[in-house]
Amino acid sequence: MSLSLDQVQRIAELARIEFAPGEAEQTRNQLNGIFVLIEEMQAVDTAGVAPMAHAQDVAQRLREDRVTETDQHVAFQKIAPEVGAGLYLVPKVIE
Amino acid sequence: MINASLKELAAALAAKQLSSVELATLFLERIARLNPALNAFITVDTEKTLTMARAADARLARGEGGPLTGIPIAHKDIFCAEGWLTTCGSKMLSNFISPYDATVIERFKAAGTVTLGKTNMDEFAMGSSNETSFYGPVKNPWDGAAVSGGSSGGSAAAVSARLTSAATGTDTGGSIRQPAALCGLTGLKPTYGVVSRYGMIAFASSLDQAGPMAKSAEDCALMLNAMAGFDARDSTSLERPAEDYARDLDKPLAGLKIGLPQEFFAEGLSADVAQAVEAAIAAYRTLGATTVDISLPNMKLSVPAYYVIAPAEASSNLSRFDGVRYGWRAPHYGDLADMYCKSRAQGFGAEVKRRILIGTYVLSHGYYDAYYLQAQRIRRLIARDFVEAFKSCDLIMGPTSPSVAFDLGDKAGDPVQMYLSDIYTIAVNLAGLPGMSIPCGFGLQGRPVGLQIIGDYFGEARMLNAAHRYQLASDWHRRAPAQ
Repeated sequence: MSLSLDQVQRIAELARIEFAPGEAEQTRNQLNGIFVLIEEMQAVDTAGVAPMAHAQDVAQRLREDRVTETDQHVAFQKIAPEVGAGLYLVPKVIE
Repeated sequence: MINASLKELAAALAAKQLSSVELATLFLERIARLNPALNAFITVDTEKTLTMARAADARLARGEGGPLTGIPIAHKDIFCAEGWLTTCGSKMLSNFISPYDATVIERFKAAGTVTLGKTNMDEFAMGSSNETSFYGPVKNPWDGAAVSGGSSGGSAAAVSARLTSAATGTDTGGSIRQPAALCGLTGLKPTYGVVSRYGMIAFASSLDQAGPMAKSAEDCALMLNAMAGFDARDSTSLERPAEDYARDLDKPLAGLKIGLPQEFFAEGLSADVAQAVEAAIAAYRTLGATTVDISLPNMKLSVPAYYVIAPAEASSNLSRFDGVRYGWRAPHYGDLADMYCKSRAQGFGAEVKRRILIGTYVLSHGYYDAYYLQAQRIRRLIARDFVEAFKSCDLIMGPTSPSVAFDLGDKAGDPVQMYLSDIYTIAVNLAGLPGMSIPCGFGLQGRPVGLQIIGDYFGEARMLNAAHRYQLASDWHRRAPAQ
């Protein structure tokens, strides 16, 4: 398997990372090197093996449905790039 | 005092031979003198440290001290600490003053430890040499030309150079054990779920686990006692009765069965490391242990499976860094999508971007089954290998790293070579088992060698026992670099 330049561009778009000029080509070469390593998995017969998502087979806990956190938006928004009237400000999305 | 054990420090503080302020000042002076060359710390805040030390002294004076009260330690910069710059080694968080404490930080505060600072690390814990840090690489205190290992390289170098009495680290694929080995100290990654991940900046959530890095197994046991415990705020935290990890330290090793995986001693292991590890295993036989040959047949698949699973989880975890609520935002941008793309392009370093891209790809439509599910199936095969192995032994031993510390710059341009340096540690994370590294000698160029000890689930006390008995009979862990 080898990634095309278009595929690499598409992945970066999905990941919301902009490439500098020339960076896509360099990234493609590095990713293809890494995928040679990853491809070693493909030769293994895993038929009938259940995927293991987690180290311990435990069920998620449920908790009582009640408010446990206090409002700390002032403290949390102190470190935000741009806020106004208690809201996080971003470029206009809807005209 | 800089070489004293945590127990000795606690005794000196209790006997009023010195105060916590004096002890903290001693380490702060060493940091001021030695850190510029080592680059082990990202943040030091003398005033905050001394305030904590004064509070610890007051607590000790009231007779309310615990085993770690007043002892200065350092924290990997992956742990959110209220009021402290918490960067995770990234430009993305280079302006992030945490508004809250991680559970690990909270527990150490409750124990009365004093924070000396936040230690350098590979960016978002993605690296094996501490060279991906936005804040520059950490130098190995044993040899300034060598890497410290990673990703907890700053914590390792700080303990090794005696800039702190102990430190915290995190381990997703070997990030506690490998730098501990390369810097000549003792480090332990607990069973997954034993230490809370709340407030520990996430890399790969199903693999990340925090643990202690210190000068001895005894110190690691005391540190782990403070760190471990159930936390409702981490949905993967395990509800288990509290344990004293120091309870079995002194137990004799007669009857201990040590499994030696043939895959750990095969091609790829440097001769100098093999020699030191084999000498350590011979020492264990002298201490009454027996050895048995075992096999972990799927171990060679751990690196490829890990480089699917960890990036997949990372691509999801790191999607939160979008320049909206915290962290880096690009100074110039057009629309919202452009703001995301530019902020992330500028805020993340090359290795982090690579892993986000790998993760995005293996989770994308049409590739999920072939990569992500296949990797998870292989993960189960690897975990089963360990279950099988532990039927015939109590602990597994082998090298932590295939070579001693390599030179700075040696592997920085070759991601695959860098990934393969974690060949002996990654399988342990995939299985969720506890693993540790202890010093067992020196290899080429006088650089330290680590012996890896792997335990069965919740076998930390047994591992610490084995490590401690070896450390009573050897002095590798007492060696410190000149300075």
